[in-house]
Amino acid sequence: MAFGAFTTTAAAPVEAAPRRKSRVALLLLLPGLAYLALFFLVPLVSLIITSLQTRVQGGELGEFEAGFNLAVYGQVIGNYGPHILRSFGYALAATIFALLFSYPLAYFLGVTLRRYPLLQALGLTLVIAPFFISFLLRTLAWKQILSDEGIVLGTLKSLSVIPPDAHVTGTAGAVIFGLAYNFIPFMTLPIYTSLERLDLRYVEAGGDLYASPARTFLSVTLPLSAPGVISGTLLTFIPAAGDYVNASNAFLGSPDTAMIGNAIESNFLTQQNYPVAASLSIILMASILVLVAVYVRRSGTEDLV
Amino acid sequence: MQSIARFFARYTIWIYAALAFTFILVPIVYTIIFSFNDSRRSNIEWRGFTLDKWIYLCDNQGVCQAFANSILVGVVATVLATTLGTMIAIALVRYRFRFRGATTLLLFLPMATPEVVLGAGLAAEFLTAGVPKSALTVILAHTMFCISFVVVTVRARVASLDPALEEAGRDLYASPSQVFVRVTFPLLLPGIMAAALLSFALSFDDFIITNFNSGPFTTFPKYLYTAASRGLPAEANVVASAVFFLAIVLVITAQVASAARRKRLAAQ
Repeated sequence: MAFGAFTTTAAAPVEAAPRRKSRVALLLLLPGLAYLALFFLVPLVSLIITSLQTRVQGGELGEFEAGFNLAVYGQVIGNYGPHILRSFGYALAATIFALLFSYPLAYFLGVTLRRYPLLQALGLTLVIAPFFISFLLRTLAWKQILSDEGIVLGTLKSLSVIPPDAHVTGTAGAVIFGLAYNFIPFMTLPIYTSLERLDLRYVEAGGDLYASPARTFLSVTLPLSAPGVISGTLLTFIPAAGDYVNASNAFLGSPDTAMIGNAIESNFLTQQNYPVAASLSIILMASILVLVAVYVRRSGTEDLV
Repeated sequence: MQSIARFFARYTIWIYAALAFTFILVPIVYTIIFSFNDSRRSNIEWRGFTLDKWIYLCDNQGVCQAFANSILVGVVATVLATTLGTMIAIALVRYRFRFRGATTLLLFLPMATPEVVLGAGLAAEFLTAGVPKSALTVILAHTMFCISFVVVTVRARVASLDPALEEAGRDLYASPSQVFVRVTFPLLLPGIMAAALLSFALSFDDFIITNFNSGPFTTFPKYLYTAASRGLPAEANVVASAVFFLAIVLVITAQVASAARRKRLAAQ
């Protein structure tokens, strides 16, 4: 399983006093676990039940009754195929861009700045700075910066670098850009954690053995930072695949860029077509679990668990 | 020429980092600058510098109310999630029990589930149970997704705690509850505070789950989403900028404090 990929930063638990007072353990665990059962597990079951409901004959909008309408899954995949493909395509592209952007930055923070703790702290604060300004506002800021007559495009157009009808917002590129930008901290921090602990003597050894810097990077540095790369890519890919803010019309997207999250939102909150929204959610969750399981197994990180 | 090339080769990573940090900061600086814009209905064109939006923030009742709602939800959800999560973290590190694997799985899954699924699932549950959407459903939802993050944060702190300190307490005839109050809890406090701050930040900025479970109740991110299509007022930038400055001050204070503590420990 993939637990390890998320918790590599946690220290190994100190094994203390085995089998001591298991009643105390139960009292400590029960309230929180019951809460998660009630507000995490029951909702998942509730999604499955809702997805199988059928429309009440002659009922109003949003009226459904219990049923076993498995056909909805086929219909949904048929109708929302493009949304599903876009979700995973955009999320994959955003993850790759975020990785390419973040790895050198994490290397700078974790290796180059190792001897300057104050600069390192400052750099880390800068990386997480976007967390402190609303997710929606920073996306809207990009929308305005990249708008047709905005600072970037307006200037380029007045210089005749690009044709006057060129636009960025509303395209797939803008959505991928927004997703990649918004998840940079999630990508940078885990890679930084891995690189910060990297023993530089291994890298020196590579040089001593006449490996080129590129060769040393590929066979020493990169494999040793793999746990961080795996956590970072998961922490970016999963929320990016389910995101619907970047791709929505009011932000960086257009109807042509709608992702699965947009379809779930509009079916649930606007059209009140709960079974379609619920089955899309189940499809999204199941696909992500399968992809994550395959990815983690492929990366050979079972020892992390 | 050659020396310029050598300079660039040597400092490539510094140049890259400078560019990367600038890029990261672009939308933040943009948002802060436009909080000082003397805007009329929409806040897209620059119309001149003013402090009015900062001073008369609550003239815009929508923004102010949404901000207050977000604080309320954030505080209540943080208290609930931090309490429940800390208890679980202590149990996970300190006790052996059956179903340990199932417990870790239950804690891990909410973090690996896309928010839209969490939001739609809760909304489906509330719909089936006939619970009307309100501040309460938003708080219930936020507490749920914060618990796992609290467990991960506090657990690292519990694990790094030296059991000898508690043993010393017991050796000095302290009762178990005294040991907890006088020794364990103070030692865990930095981890618990970090977890609480993380919870509050997650709750305050959450939009996706909130959107599914808020109904007529409006938090700050939900206000932004609803208002985005017709143009945001500069007051929204004021709230976001104020929160940003506050958070930066908190982070820097925490970092200076921990640096000072490390120095003190090293000196001893």
